[in-house]
Amino acid sequence: MSFNNLDTLYRQVIMDHYKNPRNRGTLDNESVTIDMNNPTCGDRIELHLQIKDGIVEDAKFEGEGCSISMSSASMMTQAIKGKQIDEAINMSHIFSNMMLGEDVEEVDFDLGDIEALQGVSKFPARIKCATLAWKAMEKAVAADEKEE
Amino acid sequence: MDTRAIREQFPILDQEVNGHPLVYLDSAATSQKPIQVIEALNSYYRQNNSNVHRGVHTLGTRATDQYEGARNKVKQFINAYSTQEVIFTRGTTTAINMVGYGYARHFLTEGDEIVITEMEHHSNIIPWQQAAKFTGATLKYIPMEEDGTITLDSVRSTITDKTRIVAMTHVSNVLGTVNPIKEVAEIAHENGAIIVVDGAQGVPHMKVDVQDLDCDFYAFSGHKMCGPTGIGVLYGKKHLLEKMEPVEFGGEMIDFVGLYDSTWKELPWKFEGGTPIIAGAIGLGAAIDFLEEIGLHQIEAHENEIVQYAQGLFTDMEGLTIFGPEKRSGLITFNIEGVHPHDTATVLDAEGIAVRAGHHCAQPLMKWLNVTATARASFYLYNSKDDVDRLVEGIQLAKEYFGDVF
Repeated sequence: MSFNNLDTLYRQVIMDHYKNPRNRGTLDNESVTIDMNNPTCGDRIELHLQIKDGIVEDAKFEGEGCSISMSSASMMTQAIKGKQIDEAINMSHIFSNMMLGEDVEEVDFDLGDIEALQGVSKFPARIKCATLAWKAMEKAVAADEKEE
Repeated sequence: MDTRAIREQFPILDQEVNGHPLVYLDSAATSQKPIQVIEALNSYYRQNNSNVHRGVHTLGTRATDQYEGARNKVKQFINAYSTQEVIFTRGTTTAINMVGYGYARHFLTEGDEIVITEMEHHSNIIPWQQAAKFTGATLKYIPMEEDGTITLDSVRSTITDKTRIVAMTHVSNVLGTVNPIKEVAEIAHENGAIIVVDGAQGVPHMKVDVQDLDCDFYAFSGHKMCGPTGIGVLYGKKHLLEKMEPVEFGGEMIDFVGLYDSTWKELPWKFEGGTPIIAGAIGLGAAIDFLEEIGLHQIEAHENEIVQYAQGLFTDMEGLTIFGPEKRSGLITFNIEGVHPHDTATVLDAEGIAVRAGHHCAQPLMKWLNVTATARASFYLYNSKDDVDRLVEGIQLAKEYFGDVF
């Protein structure tokens, strides 16, 4: 494998999110906070969501991990902001399918930067890095719904 | 030691991974298997497969002879006093848990102390946390020096006359620290405690003599010493094993079974309930023959040469942090500045180099090191200096690749 193959995994846009993460931090008025880690490798995310009337009004994250897990968290928070809960969940399902190698070009949502993570599906050992933030989001939404 | 001749006996090493000849540097996770071990499993299943200790037929006798023969090889290999002191288990984790359940939970009470170190693998922490919770005993840690070693002074000041169990790894799977087991055993015994040794990274890489170490229990895994997965050993001093309770009850481990009560077989079988890991034990026996033919002292010296070579090259590299003491066993744990270890491992894998990245089942130690994860290259008898050179090239590539991106 050459650097070309590595480029499938580490696209420029991923590195940009890793180096300049969007929505890094905490919220003062969050309605739900979820801690999630990847027990096999030590990656950790703390996700804060502000959910109001079924809409994700704000999202921020803290955590430590590799370029894939942290860029994915950055992209995820960007993507779900302003979305309805079921839209966000649906995006998470689409993302899971993408990680299984399914083509996502025909979907209803514009995945934006997230599409850059498509190459991760070719690196099975790294899929769990990419899905960590999305799993945390699903858990956070479920916890928020339970509270209400 | 003729590394090239040794490599030829490991068929798996002769392959390309991602377009490059494989460099396997993850033997601390699991070692590769020589053809002798693969053949031993193959011929057992092809010619002798049968259950042990019960049939009167010829295959049953052959299987029993081979299984008990393997026990005798283990006994000689670690210099146990008797085969009664060699219990076959699923691996190190199961072996340590057996002591946790069968010994600690029965003989410890509130106020007693269990003493361990912060460099332990999870499998030598959690069984003691659980035993402490169950019995009301207190779990204490021997503090580490800055370089990831322990001093006998801290051992002495942590162990008290309330200490009943001292559990310690022989060799740290992250730092490569080799602990002074013999001296710690002496201090433990002076205080009326027993010592349980996690030997998973010890036995494969150095000559271990359990009587000389005077340890009370010593646990290790077959798969880290060229043997198959699913087989390990719990060595225990006979008088302790005799008072220890079995943790698995059922066939094979019983003497007389009544409607409401039963009695146990004698050692070692009282701890081997159910059909044992017959093929695994035979494979482990073959691995011991293989290692002994080369010689554990030679293997240790070879690994030391490789790891010192790696350490020298690593020290000269900019932006590389090495964890652990200078005097280390055959592994080296490191991080590249600005590159997460997972990313390092992925870049190395793209070059055909297999290393481990993550917390290495040692979360408290990661916390102590103030990192979330590290990369680790671990060496064994089949690795050469060429492998180290490939690793160093791979690390340079990772630095360049991630350096370019940023």
